[in-house]
Amino acid sequence: MSARGDQLRGWGFVSPALIWTLCFFVLPFVVMGAMSLATLEGRTLVWDLSLANYAKLFEKAYLWRAILVSLEITLTVTAISILLAYPLAWIIAFQVPPRWQRLALLLAILPFWTSYVVRSYAWLLVLAREGVVNNALIGLGLIAEPITLANTRFATVTGFVHFFVMLLTLTIYANLIQLSPNYRRAAMDLGANAVQTFRHVILPLTLPGIVTGAFLTFVLCIGDYVTPQILGGNTELSVPQVIMVQLGRRADFPLASALAIVLMSIVALAYLMSARWLRIDRL
Amino acid sequence: MMRFLPWLYLLAAFTFIYLPVGVLVLFAFQEGSLPVPPFNGPSLRWFGEMLADDDLMAALRNSVLVAFGSSAVAVTLGFFAAYGLARHVLPGSAVIRGLLIAPLTVSYLIVGLGLLIVLTRTGLGLSLWTAAIGHVVINLPLAFAIIYASMGAQQQNAERAARDLGAREAQVIALVTVPMLRPAIAAAFFLSVTLSWDEFIIAFLLTRFDVTLPVEIWSLLRSGLSPQLNAIGSFVFLISVAVVLLLEVTLFRKPRP
Repeated sequence: MSARGDQLRGWGFVSPALIWTLCFFVLPFVVMGAMSLATLEGRTLVWDLSLANYAKLFEKAYLWRAILVSLEITLTVTAISILLAYPLAWIIAFQVPPRWQRLALLLAILPFWTSYVVRSYAWLLVLAREGVVNNALIGLGLIAEPITLANTRFATVTGFVHFFVMLLTLTIYANLIQLSPNYRRAAMDLGANAVQTFRHVILPLTLPGIVTGAFLTFVLCIGDYVTPQILGGNTELSVPQVIMVQLGRRADFPLASALAIVLMSIVALAYLMSARWLRIDRL
Repeated sequence: MMRFLPWLYLLAAFTFIYLPVGVLVLFAFQEGSLPVPPFNGPSLRWFGEMLADDDLMAALRNSVLVAFGSSAVAVTLGFFAAYGLARHVLPGSAVIRGLLIAPLTVSYLIVGLGLLIVLTRTGLGLSLWTAAIGHVVINLPLAFAIIYASMGAQQQNAERAARDLGAREAQVIALVTVPMLRPAIAAAFFLSVTLSWDEFIIAFLLTRFDVTLPVEIWSLLRSGLSPQLNAIGSFVFLISVAVVLLLEVTLFRKPRP
């Protein structure tokens, strides 16, 4: 086969997937970018190539506020999830006997595969006024009256943390079991105590697993509409919620597009900040 | 005390992880009409109501169609792209790989929004087909990455041998490459099926009258807590778990050829 013929055949195999991606991903994306530069006057679209939609982010308090809310929730969730997942991954990797590890890990991340609508609904049940948690607290005599847990930011964060603890446990565990026990032994031999060994040896070596998980958490959390919509209150809206409001009530596609572009820029920024440690391909 | 601390933590973590799922499944068997304590059951009443609900059953059928259809397309496209890139020297292959993986880095909401804009602008309208197109967009990168990663030199040697023995390219693919890559192809397929089966936002944006199960569940949610939702939720969870376990078995069953 000639080199040219070989290349032609290669294109033949690649082109269906390539055309699909170009038509249904790249093209819509470009159109969305163009749409973000249009404006809505009354009910008609005007393609005036203006940055008016982006300017609105600074002019309208509720848009600016949504970005802050999204960032606050996402960063809180990422931090709490890492703190909870690390010990769990550690215990599975080093305390659970090797033959039970796969099972322990599988069990630890099984509810990860619940549909996210169903998972948020399940948390709503747990946190409802008449729900399990309030019942348990009253039963234990810790509170007299049910407290409001659902429809708050606390509920949103809980729902998110539940999901991302599982994800992070997976990425950190994958990192931990690749560590040779020799690192620990060497550190101990050199006189480091357990805390020093962790702080100066294990933690830096598991940073890629943490950062990879944290990045995935950030990306998935900041773009999620369902969890804050079901569990959060209606006193504050996240960016995805505002996007959906624009689509629904006002059909303001230009503003929704601009917000989507902003969301993507935040994710891109997070990527650049964590790129040094990211090991997506190793998962 | 220190010896038990890890196990206590493990217990606490598993309680947290399984609390919502446990409550969901338990109150699916509630006799009364509110899925909150006290539990009075068990009763299969709400599973009966679920099966009797025509809208729900239609949504279930739609979800199965979209999940299997979109996964089949995603895996086929992903396989051929992986084969083309792994077995043929193409100029700019790094760019092509990057382009094929790109949708992974964009949130589902944005993928759905872009498609929604194009579909409404061009007047193509929304249907199950458009939701399936969206699901192919998000599953194609995964299918491609999984299959591409498993295409090693080992298969290439077998392919060369087949070619030397006079097999045409189609025969090589059908009789050598695909059988050797079966674990990766199965893994890609089942992963796509679970992701499509659970996916909400793209399906929500891109369907109109015929909807998938997560979208139907969403609209039921508006009328508040109900044991029927628990029954459906438990059912959806069970299906996902079954597929994931199947994935675990197909992916990690040794020995490989």
